[in-house]
Amino acid sequence: MTQVLFIFIPMLAAVFIPFLFKSIKNVHTGWFVLLVPASLVIVYSTYIADVARGQVFTGSLEWIPSLGINFVSYLDGLSLLFSLLITGIGSLVVLYSIFYLDKKKEQLHNFYIYLLLFMCAMLGVVQSDHLISLYFFWELTSISSFLLIGYWYNRDKSRFGALKSMMITVGGGLFMLGGFLLLGIMGDTFSIRELIAQAPQLASHDYFIWALLLVLLGAFTKSAQFPFYIWLPDAMEAPTPVSAYLHSATMVKAGIYLVARFTPIFALSEVWIWLVAGIGLLTLCWGSFFAVKQTDLKGILAFSTVSQLGLIMSLLGASAITFHVDDVSNSIFRFAAFAAVFHLINHATFKGSLFMIAGIVDHETGTRDIRKLGGLMSIMPLSFTVAAIGSFSMAGLPPFNGFLSKEMFLTAMLAIKEFELFNFNTWGILFPVLAFMASVFTFVYSFYFVCHTFIKKRNEKYADTVHEAPIGMLVSPILLASFVILIFFIPNVIGDLFVKPAMLAFQPFYASAAAIDIHVSAWHGFTPELYLTLGIVGLGALLFSTLKKWQPLYQLWPQKFTLNHAYDMMMIGLDTGMNQVSRSYMRDSMRQYLLYMFTAISVIVITTLFVTDAFSFSFEGTAPIRLYEIILIIVLVIGVVTTLIAKSRLTAIIGLGSVGYTVALFFVIFNAPDLALTQLVIETISVALFLLAFYHLPKLTKINERMRFQVNRAVVSLAVGAMVTLVALSAQSQKLFPSISKYYEETVATLAGGGNIVNVILVDYRGFDTLFEIAVLSIAGIGIFAMIKLRLTRKGNGHENK
Amino acid sequence: MIHTLLLVALALFSLSIAITLYRVIKGPTMPDRAIALDTIGVNLLSAIAIVSIVLQTKAYLEAILILGILAFIGTIAFTKYIERGVVIERKSDR
Repeated sequence: MTQVLFIFIPMLAAVFIPFLFKSIKNVHTGWFVLLVPASLVIVYSTYIADVARGQVFTGSLEWIPSLGINFVSYLDGLSLLFSLLITGIGSLVVLYSIFYLDKKKEQLHNFYIYLLLFMCAMLGVVQSDHLISLYFFWELTSISSFLLIGYWYNRDKSRFGALKSMMITVGGGLFMLGGFLLLGIMGDTFSIRELIAQAPQLASHDYFIWALLLVLLGAFTKSAQFPFYIWLPDAMEAPTPVSAYLHSATMVKAGIYLVARFTPIFALSEVWIWLVAGIGLLTLCWGSFFAVKQTDLKGILAFSTVSQLGLIMSLLGASAITFHVDDVSNSIFRFAAFAAVFHLINHATFKGSLFMIAGIVDHETGTRDIRKLGGLMSIMPLSFTVAAIGSFSMAGLPPFNGFLSKEMFLTAMLAIKEFELFNFNTWGILFPVLAFMASVFTFVYSFYFVCHTFIKKRNEKYADTVHEAPIGMLVSPILLASFVILIFFIPNVIGDLFVKPAMLAFQPFYASAAAIDIHVSAWHGFTPELYLTLGIVGLGALLFSTLKKWQPLYQLWPQKFTLNHAYDMMMIGLDTGMNQVSRSYMRDSMRQYLLYMFTAISVIVITTLFVTDAFSFSFEGTAPIRLYEIILIIVLVIGVVTTLIAKSRLTAIIGLGSVGYTVALFFVIFNAPDLALTQLVIETISVALFLLAFYHLPKLTKINERMRFQVNRAVVSLAVGAMVTLVALSAQSQKLFPSISKYYEETVATLAGGGNIVNVILVDYRGFDTLFEIAVLSIAGIGIFAMIKLRLTRKGNGHENK
Repeated sequence: MIHTLLLVALALFSLSIAITLYRVIKGPTMPDRAIALDTIGVNLLSAIAIVSIVLQTKAYLEAILILGILAFIGTIAFTKYIERGVVIERKSDR
């Protein structure tokens, strides 16, 4: 119970932010906010020791118990690791933002509300055991991310980036919801743990592959995998603390979390392994390749995030292979899972610090364009040190933590080609090759980032005005950078405390975290990985030194074939296309709409009659046709035809009147005196009204012209006529039950005390209808009165004319 | 015998309505049509009377009376319209 409430603490805190911002002007609001993640870090740290021993903690809060929907907080190794990342980096980011955002110029209350909302959502995502509440928090991250990206809402690019990320992540989220619902249907439960327990039964279900694809789609859009990564570079319009927090350390890892969490369910399928590993690797290569092209500091980091996320994703894909090998504890694939979680931690540390450095550089020089920067090393030595540590770790160099995870990554990738199921032994060779290429480019952009900002020849323009950032701003990146180095020296402490318990969540073969016999060491002998790393450094250095020669080659890639262009075209195409579609049938013409309606009605009814074989005409029990009836019908037809072909409107009105009177006569010969009476009066009045309307037609357009003949209208009207006739005939021929009217006939005198059945039905048996028909007439009368008397527009015009 | 006669009469009335309808449609001038409509009204009235004899009921007497009144009012209104251009005159020309 209390464990669930921890998730909601940031959201509760967010309620008080505006009051703090408005009432306490001289203290930066961030200081109050800092208390929230900092205290949560302490709370979650208390779980570390127990979770490392393999214990799990659950707490639940009922939300909609009748539908079985609850907020469940489930803390195992994986959730705890993510919770600590979220709150830990969250605290550092809040601390950084206190110095980054000005308390007078910025709308701090908005910023911190969104940030706390996001923190709550992220905690909910990683701790939820219930699929529906997981989805709830998932969409909350999308919305709060949208708000944060669009924080400077008066900039066009911010709004564009916010919308784009919203469209893509929410779109993916909706697919994911579909996958969740399928899972819920298949397993008859929404609890992830219970679904994992019945994974083998699920795998043979018909919906299995659909659920797999839909859930993956959600994970890939959120984690910026190929081809959905395009929102991430545009999300760099957000304030830098946001980029550091959301778009490197937490939100983009929600997809990673999802894939890891669902691995025990889906890993039994080869589609999962191929898709996760393949798309991850493709994203890795693509992101690292295009990162070198960027000129914006945050652009480089965005593409590098994309590529690193691809790396983690491909490792998760490789870790799913462990579900298919016999002896897990000796299999080389167990390194993949370890490397994935390990690199996830490492990436959060170095990428967070790099983003903060990019923000500092932007803050101090006023630009993030790498072509205008250079030579900042001597001016900003501390920032340079942090940037260098982060970049070298990203490039995978010792003595930084990136080296360790990169080695393990290469180990796992080299192992893939050994795998003998699902065609991996033929295509698997691609994995180490692509991984090697991607690592080379990673090396190049890491050096490109740090050297072109800090080392290259100094831009004289900045020499005088630029100085080192305030120490408060540097605290967070320095802390993160020290973690980068620290983890290199104590990888096994991190491994035992965090990585191995987290591995248990998606590698359920081990009895406990202690049973995982993986020992990370900085020096592991002359292995193929080491030679590959040497190759990466060599080739990377070569490519970096010749960067000026081949970087312009990127310009050769035509704008038309980029994914951003495809996205823009899709949005514009959808917009204009939908406009065209709706414009093509919404012509603002009543005739057109009536044509649609009548066509639809007649087509639907006639085909239904045909399909259900409802045509059966019998003329049993019909009355004989008499001579005067025939004559009256001829009169009726003449009246109708006159109305249709009349040259003048007056003739049409008179034709209509004659039709009405003939109908009255029909009422007479079919024994309906009350109807005949009413019909006669009403017909007279309506003909008079028609004449009134006719008389008041404006002079100019009063051209007496016959209605134009159009084939399609003739066809439609014939179809409608045929439909009504057929339906009436079929209905008449298939009367199944005797009428209820016998009852009325027998009881009209005894029960109702009347002689006129029609009138007794109207006011006694079914007086309710009459009441509301009276209401209809009153409304019509009041409406006519209002329309005639109330002339607001004329009054307005008169006012204007004065 | 009398039944047959009544049916023949009904048929003849229907026929005369049909013939008058021709005048309503064709009628070169408005007064032609107005008179034709009046004739239709009277014919209808008579036809209803015969029907009520055939059906041996008194239920249609109201219909006959109403039709008589309506035909009269209708023709008056129509003629007033043809002559004055309006049916109900406003008080404003006081």
